[in-house]
Amino acid sequence: MSALAHIFEQAGLATVGLSLVRGQAERARPPRMLHVEFPLGRPLGRPGDPAFQHRVLDAAFALLARTDAPVLVDHPEVIVDESDAPLACTLPPRHDPSLHPAVDELIGLRPAWRRRFEATGHTGVVRFGGADGLPAMVEALVRIEQGAPWQDSGLGAPELGQLAVELRTFYEEVALELAGHTPAARQSESWLYRETEMGLLLRRVQAALKAAEAPRDAWFRFVPTGQPPA
Amino acid sequence: MSSDAIVRRSVESLDAFDFGTTAAVAAPPLAEARVAIVTTAGLRADGLGRWSEGQGFVTLPAAARDLQLAHLSVNFDRSGLLADLNVAYPADRLDELAAQGVIGSVATNHLSFMGAQPDHTLTTMRLDTGPAAARQLLADGVDVVLLTPV
Repeated sequence: MSALAHIFEQAGLATVGLSLVRGQAERARPPRMLHVEFPLGRPLGRPGDPAFQHRVLDAAFALLARTDAPVLVDHPEVIVDESDAPLACTLPPRHDPSLHPAVDELIGLRPAWRRRFEATGHTGVVRFGGADGLPAMVEALVRIEQGAPWQDSGLGAPELGQLAVELRTFYEEVALELAGHTPAARQSESWLYRETEMGLLLRRVQAALKAAEAPRDAWFRFVPTGQPPA
Repeated sequence: MSSDAIVRRSVESLDAFDFGTTAAVAAPPLAEARVAIVTTAGLRADGLGRWSEGQGFVTLPAAARDLQLAHLSVNFDRSGLLADLNVAYPADRLDELAAQGVIGSVATNHLSFMGAQPDHTLTTMRLDTGPAAARQLLADGVDVVLLTPV
Protein backbone atom coordinates (compact mmCIF):
# COMPACT_ATOMS: atom_id res chain seq x y z
CA MET A 1 0.00 0.00 0.00
CA SER A 2 2.89 2.34 0.76
CA ALA A 3 4.19 1.79 -2.77
CA LEU A 4 0.89 2.98 -4.19
CA ALA A 5 1.13 6.14 -2.08
CA HIS A 6 4.53 6.92 -3.62
CA ILE A 7 3.30 6.16 -7.15
CA PHE A 8 0.15 8.26 -6.81
CA GLU A 9 1.96 11.26 -5.33
CA GLN A 10 4.47 11.14 -8.19
CA ALA A 11 1.48 11.25 -10.55
CA GLY A 12 0.03 14.33 -8.83
CA LEU A 13 -2.51 12.81 -6.42
CA ALA A 14 -2.44 13.71 -2.73
CA THR A 15 -2.65 10.60 -0.56
CA VAL A 16 -3.21 9.61 3.02
CA GLY A 17 -3.14 6.01 4.20
CA LEU A 18 -4.06 3.93 7.21
CA SER A 19 -1.21 1.78 8.52
CA LEU A 20 -1.76 -1.48 10.41
CA VAL A 21 1.90 -2.56 10.62
CA ARG A 22 3.97 0.34 11.89
CA GLY A 23 7.35 -1.13 10.95
CA GLN A 24 6.32 -1.39 7.31
CA ALA A 25 5.27 2.26 7.21
CA GLU A 26 8.56 3.29 8.86
CA ARG A 27 10.59 1.39 6.26
CA ALA A 28 8.56 2.37 3.17
CA ARG A 29 8.27 6.06 4.14
CA PRO A 30 4.99 6.89 2.34
CA PRO A 31 4.00 10.60 2.39
CA ARG A 32 1.20 10.63 4.97
CA MET A 33 0.17 7.72 7.13
CA LEU A 34 -2.05 7.38 10.17
CA HIS A 35 -0.98 4.30 12.11
CA VAL A 36 -3.93 2.54 13.69
CA GLU A 37 -3.22 -0.10 16.33
CA PHE A 38 -6.37 -2.01 15.41
CA PRO A 39 -6.86 -5.69 14.50
CA LEU A 40 -5.52 -6.70 11.11
CA GLY A 41 -8.47 -6.59 8.71
CA ARG A 42 -10.19 -3.71 10.55
CA PRO A 43 -8.30 -0.49 9.70
CA LEU A 44 -11.35 1.66 10.53
CA GLY A 45 -11.54 0.00 13.94
CA ARG A 46 -15.06 -1.03 14.84
CA PRO A 47 -17.56 -2.60 12.40
CA GLY A 48 -21.03 -1.08 12.66
CA ASP A 49 -19.75 1.97 14.55
CA PRO A 50 -19.89 4.98 12.17
CA ALA A 51 -18.88 7.45 14.87
CA PHE A 52 -15.69 5.54 15.59
CA GLN A 53 -14.94 5.19 11.88
CA HIS A 54 -15.47 8.92 11.34
CA ARG A 55 -12.98 9.71 14.10
CA VAL A 56 -10.39 7.64 12.23
CA LEU A 57 -11.17 9.35 8.92
CA ASP A 58 -11.06 12.80 10.52
CA ALA A 59 -7.62 12.06 11.94
CA ALA A 60 -6.42 10.71 8.58
CA PHE A 61 -7.74 13.60 6.51
CA ALA A 62 -6.20 16.09 8.95
CA LEU A 63 -2.80 14.87 7.71
CA LEU A 64 -3.54 16.09 4.18
CA ALA A 65 -2.50 19.59 5.21
CA ARG A 66 1.02 18.29 5.86
CA THR A 67 3.68 18.40 3.14
CA ASP A 68 6.66 17.69 5.44
CA ALA A 69 6.71 14.09 4.24
CA PRO A 70 7.06 11.41 5.37
CA VAL A 71 4.43 11.92 8.05
CA LEU A 72 3.60 8.99 10.34
CA VAL A 73 1.19 9.70 13.19
CA ASP A 74 -0.25 7.28 15.76
CA HIS A 75 -4.01 7.27 16.25
CA PRO A 76 -4.69 7.54 20.02
CA GLU A 77 -7.36 4.82 20.20
CA VAL A 78 -6.17 1.18 20.38
CA ILE A 79 -8.04 -2.13 19.86
CA VAL A 80 -6.51 -5.60 20.24
CA ASP A 81 -7.72 -8.79 18.59
CA GLU A 82 -9.51 -11.45 20.66
CA SER A 83 -8.16 -14.58 18.99
CA ASP A 84 -7.51 -16.15 22.41
CA ALA A 85 -11.22 -15.94 23.30
CA PRO A 86 -13.21 -18.04 20.80
CA LEU A 87 -16.77 -16.95 20.17
CA ALA A 88 -19.31 -18.89 22.23
CA CYS A 89 -21.61 -20.40 19.60
CA THR A 90 -23.94 -23.39 19.92
CA LEU A 91 -23.32 -26.10 17.35
CA PRO A 92 -26.09 -28.35 16.01
CA PRO A 93 -26.26 -31.92 17.39
CA ARG A 94 -25.12 -34.78 15.15
CA HIS A 95 -27.88 -35.58 12.68
CA ASP A 96 -26.59 -38.29 10.37
CA PRO A 97 -23.91 -40.52 11.97
CA SER A 98 -23.17 -42.07 8.58
CA LEU A 99 -21.58 -38.79 7.46
CA HIS A 100 -18.16 -37.49 8.43
CA PRO A 101 -18.65 -35.21 11.47
CA ALA A 102 -17.50 -32.14 9.53
CA VAL A 103 -19.93 -32.81 6.69
CA ASP A 104 -22.77 -33.44 9.12
CA GLU A 105 -21.92 -30.24 11.00
CA LEU A 106 -21.77 -28.20 7.80
CA ILE A 107 -25.18 -29.45 6.69
CA GLY A 108 -26.57 -28.71 10.14
CA LEU A 109 -25.32 -25.12 9.94
CA ARG A 110 -26.77 -24.38 6.51
CA PRO A 111 -30.13 -23.09 7.83
CA ALA A 112 -28.29 -20.44 9.86
CA TRP A 113 -26.20 -19.48 6.83
CA ARG A 114 -29.39 -19.25 4.73
CA ARG A 115 -31.14 -17.03 7.28
CA ARG A 116 -28.25 -14.57 7.16
CA PHE A 117 -28.13 -14.65 3.36
CA GLU A 118 -31.86 -13.99 3.11
CA ALA A 119 -31.61 -11.16 5.64
CA THR A 120 -28.61 -9.42 4.07
CA GLY A 121 -28.83 -10.48 0.42
CA HIS A 122 -25.08 -10.89 0.48
CA THR A 123 -22.59 -13.72 0.86
CA GLY A 124 -18.92 -14.28 0.28
CA VAL A 125 -19.59 -17.97 -0.39
CA VAL A 126 -19.65 -17.80 -4.17
CA ARG A 127 -17.43 -20.62 -5.43
CA PHE A 128 -17.68 -24.42 -5.52
CA GLY A 129 -21.44 -24.32 -6.06
CA GLY A 130 -22.07 -21.99 -3.14
CA ALA A 131 -23.30 -23.23 0.23
CA ASP A 132 -25.23 -26.11 -1.36
CA GLY A 133 -22.13 -27.35 -3.15
CA LEU A 134 -19.83 -27.33 -0.13
CA PRO A 135 -20.70 -30.74 1.41
CA ALA A 136 -19.52 -32.59 -1.68
CA MET A 137 -16.34 -30.53 -1.68
CA VAL A 138 -15.72 -31.36 1.97
CA GLU A 139 -15.98 -35.06 1.10
CA ALA A 140 -12.92 -34.50 -1.10
CA LEU A 141 -11.05 -33.07 1.90
CA VAL A 142 -12.13 -36.03 4.02
CA ARG A 143 -10.57 -38.39 1.48
CA ILE A 144 -7.29 -36.46 1.68
CA GLU A 145 -7.44 -36.62 5.48
CA GLN A 146 -7.92 -40.39 5.21
CA GLY A 147 -4.83 -40.80 3.04
CA ALA A 148 -5.93 -40.39 -0.57
CA PRO A 149 -3.46 -38.50 -2.79
CA TRP A 150 -4.44 -34.83 -3.02
CA GLN A 151 -3.87 -35.03 -6.78
CA ASP A 152 -6.90 -37.35 -6.99
CA SER A 153 -9.21 -34.76 -5.40
CA GLY A 154 -10.06 -33.17 -8.73
CA LEU A 155 -8.78 -29.85 -7.37
CA GLY A 156 -5.53 -28.13 -8.22
CA ALA A 157 -3.29 -26.75 -5.48
CA PRO A 158 -4.69 -23.18 -5.57
CA GLU A 159 -8.27 -24.49 -5.64
CA LEU A 160 -7.65 -26.52 -2.49
CA GLY A 161 -6.52 -23.35 -0.73
CA GLN A 162 -9.50 -21.44 -2.08
CA LEU A 163 -11.85 -24.17 -0.80
CA ALA A 164 -10.41 -23.75 2.70
CA VAL A 165 -11.09 -20.00 2.54
CA GLU A 166 -14.61 -20.62 1.23
CA LEU A 167 -15.34 -22.90 4.18
CA ARG A 168 -13.96 -20.31 6.60
CA THR A 169 -16.19 -17.66 5.03
CA PHE A 170 -19.23 -19.94 5.39
CA TYR A 171 -18.48 -20.56 9.07
CA GLU A 172 -17.79 -16.88 9.81
CA GLU A 173 -21.09 -15.88 8.17
CA VAL A 174 -22.82 -18.56 10.27
CA ALA A 175 -21.10 -17.20 13.39
CA LEU A 176 -22.44 -13.72 12.71
CA GLU A 177 -25.94 -15.16 12.42
CA LEU A 178 -25.73 -17.38 15.50
CA ALA A 179 -24.06 -14.78 17.71
CA GLY A 180 -26.47 -12.04 16.72
CA HIS A 181 -23.71 -9.45 16.91
CA THR A 182 -20.35 -8.77 15.32
CA PRO A 183 -17.72 -10.62 17.35
CA ALA A 184 -14.43 -9.05 18.35
CA ALA A 185 -11.68 -9.58 15.80
CA ARG A 186 -10.71 -13.20 15.15
CA GLN A 187 -13.16 -14.61 17.69
CA SER A 188 -15.19 -16.33 14.98
CA GLU A 189 -11.98 -17.57 13.35
CA SER A 190 -10.91 -19.08 16.69
CA TRP A 191 -14.38 -20.61 17.10
CA LEU A 192 -14.01 -22.31 13.72
CA TYR A 193 -10.50 -23.63 14.32
CA ARG A 194 -10.75 -24.53 18.01
CA GLU A 195 -14.38 -25.51 18.57
CA THR A 196 -15.75 -27.09 15.40
CA GLU A 197 -15.39 -30.36 13.49
CA MET A 198 -14.62 -28.37 10.36
CA GLY A 199 -11.73 -26.61 12.05
CA LEU A 200 -10.32 -29.96 13.10
CA LEU A 201 -10.67 -31.29 9.55
CA LEU A 202 -8.96 -28.23 8.04
CA ARG A 203 -6.03 -28.59 10.43
CA ARG A 204 -5.71 -32.31 9.69
CA VAL A 205 -5.89 -31.81 5.94
CA GLN A 206 -3.21 -29.15 6.13
CA ALA A 207 -0.99 -31.64 7.98
CA ALA A 208 -1.70 -34.32 5.37
CA LEU A 209 -0.88 -31.95 2.51
CA LYS A 210 2.38 -30.92 4.13
CA ALA A 211 3.29 -34.57 4.77
CA ALA A 212 2.62 -35.31 1.10
CA GLU A 213 4.91 -32.39 0.17
CA ALA A 214 2.09 -30.69 -1.73
CA PRO A 215 2.88 -27.20 -3.07
CA ARG A 216 2.57 -24.35 -0.58
CA ASP A 217 -0.38 -23.01 -2.62
CA ALA A 218 -2.32 -26.11 -1.63
CA TRP A 219 -1.90 -25.92 2.17
CA PHE A 220 -0.97 -22.46 3.43
CA ARG A 221 -4.51 -21.11 3.44
CA PHE A 222 -5.96 -23.97 5.48
CA VAL A 223 -4.94 -22.62 8.89
CA PRO A 224 -4.20 -18.96 9.73
CA THR A 225 -1.06 -18.05 11.66
CA GLY A 226 -1.82 -18.15 15.37
CA GLN A 227 -4.28 -21.04 15.22
CA PRO A 228 -3.08 -24.38 16.58
CA PRO A 229 -1.80 -26.96 14.08
CA ALA A 230 -3.27 -30.46 14.00
CA MET B 1 0.55 -14.04 22.09
CA SER B 2 -2.43 -13.02 19.95
CA SER B 3 -2.66 -13.95 16.27
CA ASP B 4 -2.14 -10.35 15.18
CA ALA B 5 0.95 -9.98 17.33
CA ILE B 6 2.48 -13.07 15.72
CA VAL B 7 1.65 -11.85 12.20
CA ARG B 8 2.88 -8.31 12.86
CA ARG B 9 6.18 -9.64 14.20
CA SER B 10 6.66 -11.78 11.08
CA VAL B 11 5.98 -8.99 8.55
CA GLU B 12 7.29 -5.92 10.38
CA SER B 13 10.76 -6.20 8.91
CA LEU B 14 9.94 -7.36 5.38
CA ASP B 15 11.85 -5.59 2.66
CA ALA B 16 10.16 -2.56 1.12
CA PHE B 17 11.12 -1.06 -2.24
CA ASP B 18 13.17 2.08 -1.66
CA PHE B 19 11.62 5.00 -3.54
CA GLY B 20 14.43 7.29 -2.41
CA THR B 21 12.72 10.58 -1.76
CA THR B 22 9.11 10.92 -0.63
CA ALA B 23 7.05 13.18 -2.87
CA ALA B 24 4.11 14.94 -1.24
CA VAL B 25 1.60 16.82 -3.37
CA ALA B 26 -0.19 19.77 -1.74
CA ALA B 27 -3.79 18.68 -1.28
CA PRO B 28 -6.66 21.04 -2.12
CA PRO B 29 -8.93 22.15 0.73
CA LEU B 30 -10.83 19.06 1.87
CA ALA B 31 -14.18 20.70 1.19
CA GLU B 32 -13.18 21.02 -2.46
CA ALA B 33 -11.46 17.64 -2.84
CA ARG B 34 -12.74 14.76 -4.95
CA VAL B 35 -11.86 11.66 -2.96
CA ALA B 36 -11.33 8.04 -4.01
CA ILE B 37 -10.65 4.98 -1.89
CA VAL B 38 -7.85 2.72 -3.06
CA THR B 39 -7.87 -0.40 -0.95
CA THR B 40 -5.42 -3.27 -0.90
CA ALA B 41 -8.08 -5.59 0.57
CA GLY B 42 -8.50 -7.52 -2.68
CA LEU B 43 -12.18 -6.62 -2.86
CA ARG B 44 -14.03 -7.18 -6.11
CA ALA B 45 -17.51 -6.53 -7.41
CA ASP B 46 -17.84 -9.17 -10.12
CA GLY B 47 -18.90 -12.13 -7.97
CA LEU B 48 -15.85 -14.21 -8.87
CA GLY B 49 -14.45 -14.27 -5.34
CA ARG B 50 -10.96 -15.04 -6.66
CA TRP B 51 -8.04 -12.68 -7.19
CA SER B 52 -6.40 -13.26 -10.57
CA GLU B 53 -4.98 -9.79 -11.25
CA GLY B 54 -1.62 -10.27 -9.51
CA GLN B 55 -0.27 -6.74 -8.98
CA GLY B 56 -3.11 -5.31 -11.06
CA PHE B 57 -6.31 -3.73 -9.84
CA VAL B 58 -10.07 -3.88 -10.30
CA THR B 59 -12.55 -1.02 -10.43
CA LEU B 60 -15.30 -0.81 -7.81
CA PRO B 61 -18.27 1.39 -8.76
CA ALA B 62 -18.71 3.83 -5.88
CA ALA B 63 -22.30 2.70 -5.32
CA ALA B 64 -21.48 -1.02 -5.23
CA ARG B 65 -21.80 -2.74 -1.87
CA ASP B 66 -22.14 -6.41 -2.86
CA LEU B 67 -18.38 -6.95 -2.83
CA GLN B 68 -16.40 -10.13 -2.30
CA LEU B 69 -13.18 -10.42 -0.33
CA ALA B 70 -10.71 -12.14 -2.67
CA HIS B 71 -7.50 -11.44 -0.78
CA LEU B 72 -5.15 -14.44 -0.81
CA SER B 73 -3.90 -14.00 2.77
CA VAL B 74 -5.78 -15.70 5.59
CA ASN B 75 -3.87 -13.87 8.32
CA PHE B 76 -6.32 -11.11 9.16
CA ASP B 77 -9.79 -10.86 10.63
CA ARG B 78 -12.47 -11.39 7.99
CA SER B 79 -15.55 -11.23 10.19
CA GLY B 80 -15.43 -7.44 10.48
CA LEU B 81 -15.61 -7.01 6.71
CA LEU B 82 -18.35 -9.62 6.44
CA ALA B 83 -20.38 -7.60 8.95
CA ASP B 84 -19.57 -4.09 7.74
CA LEU B 85 -17.57 -3.27 4.62
CA ASN B 86 -16.80 0.17 6.03
CA VAL B 87 -14.38 -1.29 8.53
CA ALA B 88 -11.84 -1.54 5.69
CA TYR B 89 -13.63 0.13 2.78
CA PRO B 90 -15.37 3.23 4.16
CA ALA B 91 -17.54 4.00 1.13
CA ASP B 92 -20.61 4.86 3.22
CA ARG B 93 -18.54 7.12 5.45
CA LEU B 94 -17.21 9.02 2.41
CA ASP B 95 -20.75 9.44 1.09
CA GLU B 96 -21.74 10.90 4.46
CA LEU B 97 -18.79 13.30 4.44
CA ALA B 98 -19.72 14.45 0.94
CA ALA B 99 -23.35 14.97 1.96
CA GLN B 100 -22.17 17.06 4.93
CA GLY B 101 -19.85 19.11 2.72
CA VAL B 102 -16.77 17.97 4.61
CA ILE B 103 -15.28 16.66 1.36
CA GLY B 104 -16.09 18.04 -2.05
CA SER B 105 -17.26 14.86 -3.76
CA VAL B 106 -16.75 11.12 -4.03
CA ALA B 107 -15.07 9.57 -7.07
CA THR B 108 -17.15 7.71 -9.64
CA ASN B 109 -15.17 4.57 -8.91
CA HIS B 110 -12.90 3.33 -6.17
CA LEU B 111 -10.04 0.89 -6.88
CA SER B 112 -8.94 -2.38 -5.34
CA PHE B 113 -5.51 -3.97 -5.36
CA MET B 114 -4.38 -6.97 -3.37
CA GLY B 115 -1.74 -6.41 -0.70
CA ALA B 116 0.69 -9.01 0.61
CA GLN B 117 2.31 -9.41 -2.81
CA PRO B 118 5.01 -12.09 -2.77
CA ASP B 119 7.25 -10.03 -5.08
CA HIS B 120 8.41 -7.20 -2.83
CA THR B 121 10.02 -5.30 -5.72
CA LEU B 122 6.47 -4.65 -7.01
CA THR B 123 7.86 -4.06 -10.49
CA THR B 124 4.56 -4.45 -12.32
CA MET B 125 2.77 -2.16 -9.88
CA ARG B 126 5.49 0.50 -9.98
CA LEU B 127 5.91 0.57 -13.73
CA ASP B 128 2.51 -0.36 -15.09
CA THR B 129 -0.59 -0.91 -12.97
CA GLY B 130 0.09 1.78 -10.37
CA PRO B 131 0.57 4.57 -12.93
CA ALA B 132 -2.45 3.22 -14.86
CA ALA B 133 -4.56 3.45 -11.72
CA ALA B 134 -3.36 7.01 -11.14
CA ARG B 135 -4.32 7.97 -14.70
CA GLN B 136 -7.78 6.48 -14.22
CA LEU B 137 -8.29 8.46 -11.01
CA LEU B 138 -6.99 11.70 -12.52
CA ALA B 139 -9.31 11.28 -15.52
CA ASP B 140 -12.22 11.20 -13.06
CA GLY B 141 -11.07 14.46 -11.48
CA VAL B 142 -9.83 12.82 -8.28
CA ASP B 143 -7.27 14.80 -6.33
CA VAL B 144 -7.19 12.97 -2.97
CA VAL B 145 -6.76 9.23 -2.41
CA LEU B 146 -7.50 7.43 0.84
CA LEU B 147 -5.47 4.20 1.04
CA THR B 148 -6.82 1.39 3.19
CA PRO B 149 -5.18 -1.98 3.93
CA VAL B 150 -6.36 -5.14 5.66
